[in-house]
Amino acid sequence: MFYREAGDFKTSYPDDSQTFPIRFDRLGYYAVLLLGFVVLPFVLNDYWTNAVFIPFLIYAIAALGLNILVGYCGQLSLGTGGFMAVGAYACYKLTTAFPDINIVFHILGAGIITAGVGLLFGLPSLRIKGFYLAVATLAAQFFLVWLFNRVPWFYNYSASGQISMPERTVFGIAVTGAQVAPWAGYMVCLVFVVVLAWMARNLTRGATGRKWMAIRDMDIAAEIIGVNPLRAKLTAFAVSSFYVGIAGALFFSVYLGAVEVGEAFGIEKSFAVLFMIIIGGLGSIFGSFAGAAFMVVLPVLIKLVLVDSWGWPTDLAAHIRLMIVGALIIIFLIAEPHGMAQLWRVTKDKLRLWPFPH
Amino acid sequence: MNDMAQDGYTTADGRKIGGVLMEMRNITLRFGGVKAITDISFDIREGEIRAIIGPNGAGKSSMLNVISGFYVPQEGEVWFHGQRRAPMKPYEVARQGIARTFQNIALFDGMSVLDNIMTGRLTMMKTGLFSQALWWGRAQAEETAHREKVERIIDFLEIQTIRKTPVGRLPYGLKKRVELARALAAEPKLLLLDEPMAGMNVEEKEDMSRFILDVNDEFGTTIALIEHDMGVVMDLSDRVVVMDYGKKIGDGTPDQVRANQAVIDAYLGVAHD
Ligand SMILES: Nc1ncnc2c1ncn2[C@@H]1O[C@H](COP(=O)(O)OP(=O)(O)OP(=O)(O)O)[C@@H](O)[C@H]1O
Ligand SMILES: [Mg+2]
Repeated sequence: MFYREAGDFKTSYPDDSQTFPIRFDRLGYYAVLLLGFVVLPFVLNDYWTNAVFIPFLIYAIAALGLNILVGYCGQLSLGTGGFMAVGAYACYKLTTAFPDINIVFHILGAGIITAGVGLLFGLPSLRIKGFYLAVATLAAQFFLVWLFNRVPWFYNYSASGQISMPERTVFGIAVTGAQVAPWAGYMVCLVFVVVLAWMARNLTRGATGRKWMAIRDMDIAAEIIGVNPLRAKLTAFAVSSFYVGIAGALFFSVYLGAVEVGEAFGIEKSFAVLFMIIIGGLGSIFGSFAGAAFMVVLPVLIKLVLVDSWGWPTDLAAHIRLMIVGALIIIFLIAEPHGMAQLWRVTKDKLRLWPFPH
Repeated sequence: MNDMAQDGYTTADGRKIGGVLMEMRNITLRFGGVKAITDISFDIREGEIRAIIGPNGAGKSSMLNVISGFYVPQEGEVWFHGQRRAPMKPYEVARQGIARTFQNIALFDGMSVLDNIMTGRLTMMKTGLFSQALWWGRAQAEETAHREKVERIIDFLEIQTIRKTPVGRLPYGLKKRVELARALAAEPKLLLLDEPMAGMNVEEKEDMSRFILDVNDEFGTTIALIEHDMGVVMDLSDRVVVMDYGKKIGDGTPDQVRANQAVIDAYLGVAHD
């Protein structure tokens, strides 16, 4: 009933390092899973599934990936859009080359290929840091978009220069293509999100996460205690790109269906995902979800309230959205670098003591 | 204790000191035109507490940085376990069993005390990325095994109550202790301490002295430490190297060093020629 850890004693070290040490949190987590898998697919209409839930789940994966690199390992990247494009094009090439293999494997394959590309672009991180690394990843962003635009092999020489996703099924149910039912796409994204978030949590609470955070907090000390900085940074780049690649593959195959690279995976995408983790919380799994939810829901909310109810013009509403996001980023960067996740944590800590704060 | 045979000696308080663990031979280190270390040789024996003292800027920290692979000397040789050590990266030195603390605390501020100390065991954690991501079997068993070792160090240094506190929020004295814990977690053969008691009050200094002696006694760890407080140095150390302006001006037991005229001059500020 109450949000307490009293009577909830930990008698072993594995218990002590579990993800949700407080029983109430654990139950809440199961409740969210139940809601996501059992309730939502039946109650959501197509608009909410397509406009809110599918993009939220996909952005959550991208945000998890970027948070591993930026929030946990301290390596700033502006190349997220480009790496999402790698995932999308890899998925497209794989699924057109091997149409008989299940789409799930193509999406995983896209993640692995993106991990390889991320590793390559992560190599300079041994020599350059901070601002200069950000510029190098920015160069990767522009190079990758240019590459997918210019080399026809990537879009199978289609006349439009676009890639479009053929119909693919999982257990006989279409999850991509024109005939897809929104809930089917939603379920695919949800399964990926749950598994990937759980893996991210495991990585970040164990030895690998400590290596990343050691590099982030003080790279010289990390090296002195035996962390090989290049290896630690490259694993962060690879794992991060794996997540971002899967997000790109899902964004293309399940969400958009057809993609023009500059439009779908331009520099704005890189910034959008970066803003998600800044607002949601750097170095936090929960924050990745909070930031993704915020950035996806905000425009929908603004449209519902400002445009549909109050009758404001659409372009004004769009500007207001940008202003809100901009202001929040400045506020969070200055006042609360750990984002919404930290606000949530503080609230929970207060709640734990409530109603006797002393 | 004056019998310096190849196979060690016995201290005044009856501890057995072994053979040479680490030997610095004719080390010279330059930064551009500045000579931080000039032609210094000394050894550190197994089980010993070895102090390095000297006025500010004498080159003491630079010497520790040479030992831990952070600086590569222009001249001279480093011998460890009877073998000449090729120039290597700091993380390779760490894997050879050398751990250290810093003059200016170098902890990971964004992590909890427990996680900071757990980083000390990273060189010993071997499960692969995939196994860790799934948190099954080996990864979890390994984590638990290392956690048990770390908890023993936490008990030893009496920091149980701050286990889950983010390091950035700790007062200075406790940070120093956590840094020592992180170094101990690596179970080093040789422990390097750069001014472990700087900026501490008398009580904290006494605690830290006790910990250093206990580490040496219980784990048999060889310790090289830099310290300015002469009282502490004389109490703790078996042998002392004295540096001044990058040169070695004395080497011996605390009593020998205290009686050395060059050392007295350096500390009284007698003009150099
Ligand atoms: N990275 C560096 N670059 C240039 N000069 C350096 C560097 N590190 C040390 N020095 C110089 O080498 C000399 C010795 O410095 P070091 O830090 O080893 O002295 P120290 O004996 O530890 O002094 P303190 O007691 O103040 O800590 C000083 O003159 C210092 O300015
Ligand atoms: Mg110093």
